[in-house]
Amino acid sequence: MRIAMEIELKDIPGQLLGALGPIADLGGNIISIAHQRDRRTPRGTIPIKITIELPEKHLDELIARWHERGITVMQKGEERLKESVFLILIGHIVHTDLKSTIDAVDSTGFAEVVDLTLMMPGIDEESSAGITIKATGKKEMERAIEILEQEAKKKGLLMIKPLEGF
Amino acid sequence: MEQVKIIIVGFGTVGRGLAEVIKRKKDHVKEELGLDIRLVGVADLRGAMVDADGLDIDDALEWKCEIRDIDSLQLIREGEYDLMVETTPSNVETGEPAFTHIKEALMRGKHVVTSNKGPLALYYRELTDLAARSGCSLKFEATVGGAMPIINLIRNNLAGNRILSIKGIFNGTCNYILTRMTEEGLPYSYVLSEAQSLGIAEADPSYDVDGIDTAEKLTILANAVLGMDVAYNSVAVEGIRRITPDALRLALDKGYVIKLIGEAREGKIEVAPRLIPKDHPFALMRGTLNIAEIEADLAGPITVMGRGAGAIEAASAIFSDIISIYR
Repeated sequence: MRIAMEIELKDIPGQLLGALGPIADLGGNIISIAHQRDRRTPRGTIPIKITIELPEKHLDELIARWHERGITVMQKGEERLKESVFLILIGHIVHTDLKSTIDAVDSTGFAEVVDLTLMMPGIDEESSAGITIKATGKKEMERAIEILEQEAKKKGLLMIKPLEGF
Repeated sequence: MEQVKIIIVGFGTVGRGLAEVIKRKKDHVKEELGLDIRLVGVADLRGAMVDADGLDIDDALEWKCEIRDIDSLQLIREGEYDLMVETTPSNVETGEPAFTHIKEALMRGKHVVTSNKGPLALYYRELTDLAARSGCSLKFEATVGGAMPIINLIRNNLAGNRILSIKGIFNGTCNYILTRMTEEGLPYSYVLSEAQSLGIAEADPSYDVDGIDTAEKLTILANAVLGMDVAYNSVAVEGIRRITPDALRLALDKGYVIKLIGEAREGKIEVAPRLIPKDHPFALMRGTLNIAEIEADLAGPITVMGRGAGAIEAASAIFSDIISIYR
């Protein structure tokens, strides 16, 4: 799981190291870190923006270990759906129950349709849709695309996939 | 000076293109390579023209040589020649008449060079086994990608590599139609008519637009250079008929174009329209150009492009195949 956080450190030596140590100890990986030494919060602490990759089950433990060292987590926003793929569907998209097509992906729990643009030229003509799917990981994305592909096949829709990866 | 007596069976666009090329390059090949290439026979449905010393190519192109009342099979069975070039119209269902022509020539110990996809897409193993047993060469660079070198490139220049995958644009007609639809926002049926009037698409376009041609080429590549044993009818094929201008616009808004892609690797052989990032080399192929990306275990990715169709382009591939047999 990828998590973006803002934490606050006291302005004493060794604090940054103390904040990063537990991440590595818990098998995490630092994706980015922004540290502005000259910025201060009204509380006199130094704010740090940090994005890490960490198994979800270790997140509470990390926050607890930070707490022991006097480090506070001010904001926490997870980037749960980090994989994104754009696809095209062509066919009678609305009349083959668009809602159930989207549900096939959304009901997986690991992938979601986050954007859909539909163009309908005329009643008897086939529609086109651009669909963006997000998923929790690469494997989950492959699985979500397989599910959508089966759904499209069942409904006589043509699905156009990207060149790379599938 | 080594003499090479050639017959051409099927004297249509490609066969005639080869006759032109032989005429144009004959002296050059004599001087540079010591090969005396002679066209000693031509046959198609109209009959046959034969001259053991070599036909006058200008006369042959206008059917002005003496026309004998013998058919192609007779010429193949009874003619005096070293190498047959098979350029009859391709048939994807039976591979005939080329399949029989090629077998008859190989059984008689003659080398064969062909641009005919049908027999190779349907009976690849049978034909290559027969060639090996007869100790003859069977060459078919012209079946895939016209003038774009790919089979010989992999066999000669990438020898020792294992080829992991090949993907690319192998049909100029589809690429022309999709390019025009994307750039002009025109519907499929309109651009198809335009392509037909320009001679880029056939009156019956299904062979190209339904992906059959791409599937045949992919089958030949899978067998010839990927070490797979697949028949044409095991390829999953989707053509371009259903592509809408709306779909192309939606793709473009997200930074993609749509191209008909053939892709072969172990466990997968598929022809389908795919979304290609706008800055990918495949996206830059406009009009009737072909392109292929080869993934090799030692060399990594290699990309080739070239003219995928045309009489002289196909003849170029055939001519190179002929020379390579004797060099």
